[in-house]
Amino acid sequence: MAKYLLLKHYRGEKTNEFHTPGDQWTPAEWDAHIQYMRDFADRLRSRGEFVSGDALAMDGVWVRYDGPGKPPVTDGPFAETKDLIAGWMIIDVDSYDRALELAAELSAAPGAGGEPIREWLELRPVMEEPPATSV
Amino acid sequence: MDSVSLREHIPGVVGILVRRGADFASAEDAVQAALIRALETWPSDPPDDPKGWLVTAAWRKFIDQVRSDSARTAREEHFVLEPTPDQLPDQDDELWLYFHCAHPSLTPSSAIALTLRAVAGLTTRQIADAYLVPEATMAQRISRAKQRLEGTPLDQPGDVTTVLRTLYLLFNEGYSGDIDLAAEAIRLTRQIATLRDEPEVHGLLALMLLHHARRAARVAPTGRLIPLAEQNRSLWNTAAITEGVEILQNALARDQLGEYQAQAAIAALHADAQTSSETDWPQIVEWYDELLAFNASDVVRLNRAVAIGEAMGAAAGLAALADVDPATPRYEAVSAYLHERSGNLALAAGEYASAARRATSEAERDHLNRQAARLRSIAN
Repeated sequence: MAKYLLLKHYRGEKTNEFHTPGDQWTPAEWDAHIQYMRDFADRLRSRGEFVSGDALAMDGVWVRYDGPGKPPVTDGPFAETKDLIAGWMIIDVDSYDRALELAAELSAAPGAGGEPIREWLELRPVMEEPPATSV
Repeated sequence: MDSVSLREHIPGVVGILVRRGADFASAEDAVQAALIRALETWPSDPPDDPKGWLVTAAWRKFIDQVRSDSARTAREEHFVLEPTPDQLPDQDDELWLYFHCAHPSLTPSSAIALTLRAVAGLTTRQIADAYLVPEATMAQRISRAKQRLEGTPLDQPGDVTTVLRTLYLLFNEGYSGDIDLAAEAIRLTRQIATLRDEPEVHGLLALMLLHHARRAARVAPTGRLIPLAEQNRSLWNTAAITEGVEILQNALARDQLGEYQAQAAIAALHADAQTSSETDWPQIVEWYDELLAFNASDVVRLNRAVAIGEAMGAAAGLAALADVDPATPRYEAVSAYLHERSGNLALAAGEYASAARRATSEAERDHLNRQAARLRSIAN
């Protein structure tokens, strides 16, 4: 088993060539989209592949330390055109191929006209323990 | 009675319920319920006959479940009313369970989860904690594995290879949580070695013991990975090494070599060296050649290149590396090591840094970054 992080990005208008921006969808198309995401997570749970996931609020900032006695420095909030992480999900699956398959399934969530939005998702392996027979 | 000795009864109890006619999935659920009850009541009221207590309690749970569940089929009612004691005529109750839980129709992760619950007797929560997933997720994984096995004949022990593969993967899965999965793998392999007397079963047990023996020396208190050559060998568990070597020698004497025996022989040669420089690398190379006959994978060829580098010099190691697919995990780390040994420090530093970017564990990544930093500080 291996854990993977699925990252959903928000990239303003630049999502991809198939994608009609969400503010131009009908309420019914939004409902179908949300339902698809819920069903996807439920399918993962029922297959024993779900670890965790959340959507993230968009008003984030960058923060860093700025030396002793000084308050943290912040940068942001950002314009919506920047690449922001909109949500994440951790899955625990048998293989890399299975992770790809699930990411593609999530990317097929319906948008305008009920067509798959084909949005790019970022897939990252979570670090594991080194195998006991390796050292 | 501690929980490990309690859990040793579990495979036998599941086997008895199935022999009496319970379907595997219900039998396993009933035994799990009895186990949890035992953990609650035995500390204050220990039974005289622990296994008998578990059988009685689990059988009652099973009957209750069948009677209360109106959706049950008439077929199962029939089993309860008319137990069929000969369903597993010639197979040992426990041995059958190992094969069933490692059935080839299951994915490796399902087989491991089911083995940990039905054979090792761990609770779903313990297994979930060990794998850092929600309990509900692990419960679904186990339940789906059982569904997948529905209708699978109960009387086919089959090829022991699938069982050994499952236990080998379990051993390799690391040590998070309260449950020590490597120790569980050793316990189960020890159990199956008493049930199935085959050289490869003993070979796997020896392999596990020999690697487990080095465990205390593998990781520094800070979590830093310590390579074999730098390990404090006084931290190695000599009792486990002695046992592993003895088991391996008896297995090898039967002259039916296999993959696990060959791997164990390599581990034994490392364990046998008082210091890293005393390691018998030429013999390790010979064992890698044997291993290649059973498993001609790039991972084996990669490790063989390391051994050749130690036995015959870095140039020979690099020549052997030329036969290995560069996409093999840890290829760059090995290349870096051999280039360092051949004196090409700048190239080695770059390869260590590159290997760190491809590492799949934090401990390994940090180790490789330190190696790169060490070489760069020498060069500067």
